[in-house]
Amino acid sequence: MIGYVVKRVLGAIPLVLGIATVLFVVVNLAPGDPVSRLVGPNVSSEAMAQMRSNWGLDEPLPVRYVKWVGELAQGEFGESFSRRRPARDVVFEILPNTLVLSAFAIVGAFLIGILLGVLQAVRRGSALDSILSVVSLFFYSMPAFWLAIMMVLLFSLQAQLWGWPISFPGSGMISVDHSLMTFTERLGDRVSHLVLPALSLSLILAAGIARYTRGTMIEVLGEDYIRTARAKGLSEPTVIFRHALRNALLPLLTLAGLYLPFLLSGAVFIETVFAWPGMGKLMVDSIATRDYPVVMAGGFLFAVVVVAGNLLADILYAVVDPRVRYE
Amino acid sequence: MSSQTTAPRAQGVSRWAWLVPGLPQILAGRWGGGAVTLLVWSALASLVVLRWGRVLDAASGGWDERFAVLTLVVALATVWGWSMRHATAPSVDQGHPSERRGRALRAFMANRVAVVGLWSIGGICLIALLAPILAPHDPTLQGDLVGQSLLGPSGSNLLGTDRFARDVLSRVLYGARISLGIGLFAVAISVTLGTLIGAVAGFFGGWVDAVLMRLVDVVIAFPRLILLITVIAVFEGASLILIVTVIGLTQWPGTARLVRGDVLSIREREYVLAARALGFSNRRILFRHILPNTLVPVIIAATLGIGNVIVLEAGLSFLGIGVQPPTPSWGGMVAAGRQDLLGAWWISTFPGLAIVFTVVCFNLVGDGLRDALDPRLSS
Repeated sequence: MIGYVVKRVLGAIPLVLGIATVLFVVVNLAPGDPVSRLVGPNVSSEAMAQMRSNWGLDEPLPVRYVKWVGELAQGEFGESFSRRRPARDVVFEILPNTLVLSAFAIVGAFLIGILLGVLQAVRRGSALDSILSVVSLFFYSMPAFWLAIMMVLLFSLQAQLWGWPISFPGSGMISVDHSLMTFTERLGDRVSHLVLPALSLSLILAAGIARYTRGTMIEVLGEDYIRTARAKGLSEPTVIFRHALRNALLPLLTLAGLYLPFLLSGAVFIETVFAWPGMGKLMVDSIATRDYPVVMAGGFLFAVVVVAGNLLADILYAVVDPRVRYE
Repeated sequence: MSSQTTAPRAQGVSRWAWLVPGLPQILAGRWGGGAVTLLVWSALASLVVLRWGRVLDAASGGWDERFAVLTLVVALATVWGWSMRHATAPSVDQGHPSERRGRALRAFMANRVAVVGLWSIGGICLIALLAPILAPHDPTLQGDLVGQSLLGPSGSNLLGTDRFARDVLSRVLYGARISLGIGLFAVAISVTLGTLIGAVAGFFGGWVDAVLMRLVDVVIAFPRLILLITVIAVFEGASLILIVTVIGLTQWPGTARLVRGDVLSIREREYVLAARALGFSNRRILFRHILPNTLVPVIIAATLGIGNVIVLEAGLSFLGIGVQPPTPSWGGMVAAGRQDLLGAWWISTFPGLAIVFTVVCFNLVGDGLRDALDPRLSS
């Protein structure tokens, strides 16, 4: 087991290095000059040359590449051009916001997706199954940003207009008067701001999970040991949740790893719509201002999360299903 | 069974039935197909009648307008010809291309939802091609900003107007061109590239395979959206060609993995060994003997990929780095509607619905194809 884990982790290192290289090449071969974009038209060319040399932009590409990889190895990403702070600090300050959003979204997605998928598999062929299939196909085909906008429209703007008993804030992470609130009010404020973004993101992800769960559950429910369990006289919920779902969850582990890129790109759109100060929004803003160190730091972090997620899924799969290790 | 029986020949009253497409089928008792044919044909014909002036204008207009007229004529002729051919030879069975393909086709046609999806895609393609004739207004013409902007859905503007007093319906119709065009071309690039890379990796194996598959791993692990945004942003000013190329060049790894897997297993089949024993060149074995047998997963991946690309392109346009205004694109329209969301919900809502509908259709057809062509994958 340990041998397998070590092998997989070592195998991921060249992958991370490859990603770092691609990132560097793409960002640095770009025709746009970050310095001239950052400063106004009145800055003299000497001052701009000085800025370039301060940031090491005047050195040849190979030298910069070696330097960048060296810094990466020490966990440094250089200094943010527009914020005059280490890019690492900028990214890590923002990261928790995205983590909170993603964590709630992914838990919600798996809860909704698995429940619906199981329901469909159990009631296979019924009207409910067809309706849920159509609904999940619609959410599966929906762009995240449009769903988010529709959520804002319905549950924030129109809800207030129509005087619905509950409406949720449609932008930001906290209210304007957040600092004046008591502790419980602050907590409620944060939660209410989280509802719509997290729900939008989970609905998009849940659609795919439901489709997948339905497929694996139908397969598992057709197996002999399920018939045995029923023949033993076990109650139906026990058969479905204890015997069938446990085995159907196995492939879902891999799915969780594969869903990370999906989650991250979804987060970019959701954060843009809800003005959520997270990584996605930071990346979009930084690309617009040519803040290359932040772009590279964020992109690298995204990629590492994806690689690590896949790795973790593979290892977990090997833990629960020992056959995998001997491949 | 039903394919063997020939429908009774239409007699008497129906001698002139062939003049109306779909009528012979209805008289022969094939209600569904006949009604659809009749509906499609009368919709196209009424378009000619109602928009005769526009058709004349378009016939002497730019190349895309002329192409729209050509499409209209071809579509009318095709539907009619198809109907007449079925009227004179009512047998459903169209020969036997091959046993396997025939079975797959029947399996696909039996999946009613997928067939509806396929028809809808045809409809969307027609709408995209016919947009200059169909659209009630000019999609980029800004009207009277004081009196005509932000009007709700009404008789003259079925889906309302946006803040520049442009007709939302016309913009949605024209937007189909961007979405479908980018989807088709980007997927064409990615499928070609993915098939070649996957085939080469699977066929030659060894270090070639190792290097190419590591490349696939890198591209898959790379945050694609970030890559796309970066590339498009740094090349200043996104042109359509750039968007298509960049999306196509990042879409291929999935196809490459699929094809590689298939090639790996086909490589060991007897007929490939036989071809080798006959001394055929690698290229001939790969392109003539192996690749045709990997078509099925590629077609499925391509169909699902188009839906995928349409959502991606809409996302880029939404972020403001895709198709640039005033060219109407669905993603860009959704983004533009955000500032008037409360007062004018229709601007963001309808283009979004258009995206969802189109992508649902491609996913339905993709799923249907997978179930019909690839019994291994069907649930």
